[in-house]
Amino acid sequence: MSIAIADRVRDIPRSGIRDFFEVVQSMGDVISLGIGEPDFVTPWHIREAAIYALEKGRTGYTSNLGLPRLRQTISDYVSKNFSVRYEPADEILVSVGVSEAIDLALRAILNPGDEVIYHEPCYVSYGPSIALAGGVARPITTRAEDKFILRAADVEPMITSRTKALMLNFPTNPTGATMPPEELEKIAALCVKHDLLVMSDEIYSELTYDGVTHPSLAALPGMKERTVLLHGVSKAFAMTGWRIGFACAPAELIDAMMKIHQYAILCAPVLSQEAAIEALMHGVPAMEKMRSAYELRRNYIVTEFHALGFEGFKPQGAFYVFPKITKTGLTSREFSLRLLQEKRVAVVPGTAFGPSGEGHVRCSYATGLDQIKIALTRIGEFCEELSINRSVAA
Amino acid sequence: MDALIELLQKDALMPREDIARLLDLSLDEVNTEIARLEKDGVILGYQAIVNREKWGTDLVTAVIEVKVTPERGGGFDQIASRLAKFDEVKTCYLMSGGYDLLVIVEAENLRAIAGFVAEKLSTLGVVQASASHFRLKTYKENGAFHQFDQAPERLQVSP
Repeated sequence: MSIAIADRVRDIPRSGIRDFFEVVQSMGDVISLGIGEPDFVTPWHIREAAIYALEKGRTGYTSNLGLPRLRQTISDYVSKNFSVRYEPADEILVSVGVSEAIDLALRAILNPGDEVIYHEPCYVSYGPSIALAGGVARPITTRAEDKFILRAADVEPMITSRTKALMLNFPTNPTGATMPPEELEKIAALCVKHDLLVMSDEIYSELTYDGVTHPSLAALPGMKERTVLLHGVSKAFAMTGWRIGFACAPAELIDAMMKIHQYAILCAPVLSQEAAIEALMHGVPAMEKMRSAYELRRNYIVTEFHALGFEGFKPQGAFYVFPKITKTGLTSREFSLRLLQEKRVAVVPGTAFGPSGEGHVRCSYATGLDQIKIALTRIGEFCEELSINRSVAA
Repeated sequence: MDALIELLQKDALMPREDIARLLDLSLDEVNTEIARLEKDGVILGYQAIVNREKWGTDLVTAVIEVKVTPERGGGFDQIASRLAKFDEVKTCYLMSGGYDLLVIVEAENLRAIAGFVAEKLSTLGVVQASASHFRLKTYKENGAFHQFDQAPERLQVSP
């Protein structure tokens, strides 16, 4: 029998990362800068808390919104670190990673044809999630020369009568971009002026460097009532596999999201919720150690890329650098594939994060320094051989 | 220079060039700072952490709790520095709680440690009592694990 896949699913491309992953998988013995998760294992005290919860037999369903203790903990954590207060009873929903929360929020607000504006290069799921929710994706290209900052002046012309929401992700995967507070204020003013909802994916908010602190959009005047603050424990606390994210938003929106969540997911896994409580309550010192390790590696990798003659700003967030590789004369995909085949180093082609990622590759420094060193030595060799070949050809 | 000290504590053999890149300093700055830390006695030395079982050494380690009568004028410092001067004594701390000094002693065999306790330690007039404990196995030392769990698997490319 030939199975007719629904049009809206068939028309969605597979993730460019998934695509590339399969090539890497077939090779073995690869040094990877392609990994979008911490190389640290979840701090032991957090794992131990989950073991304890398991021993105590905490194995049942939880409330659809998540354990009340976890929601209280989230409320306290967000209030302390983002300077905005959410009611644990009805303004917080615990999801299976931020990805689920994004999907819930989009499905809760979009009618067919509604438009969502977001900045690109961006995380792989934004465009497809909007399309799957029946919306129309309206990406705005941010530029390397401008440190991939989203400018209010670029957003305003994109706003139409169908624009329903704006999606933000700062610090940004894959560029490491952060938003200057004054630009964020302009974005906020624009959203108020045009009565837009904002979905702000702040999953990397703890991971900022050079003393930069993350400004949360929800904390700006007039924003809490129109913002879905999306966060989770995956990146900062090295808990990607636990799949715990959360959404903080006005009660009526959380209620709508909860309707979808309760039928599709029911609740996030209870052990992971228990671990998340431990992480948010007691995990900050361990997280700070990981953050400062990333900061040192970022210094290292940026210095090395500059020494190899690659352009690229010094990102102040997340754990990615997004160097420009156009001087090699290769496209992102050619560069990544050849680097993989010739030098056994995996980086992710910038085009996996939208067409505007062309000319860049994403390199994660959430990898041990020894691996980073070997990878960069090999990238140096690769570039040297490229330029020799080119001069021979000329 | 906390970051520099932390790096050296983790890996004192890390090439100075790498330290410079990690801390966003020049090589000269790193060298100057390390020299200053050594000169000021902030850094007292660099040592290898050794897995004794793999090494196959017969050296014996004892942890000795010592209760002493503090001396007029010198407090605990005088007796502590006297004890610390013995070659067998690798570590010596003043402690709060049920005893005063914690002395970690290393010697070729049990007999040598017994000899140290009986002849040198207990004969000091200010020592009231001591209790010796012997190391049987080491699991973690100075932050280094002696047995390693296998590194968990990670996907090679992920979003």
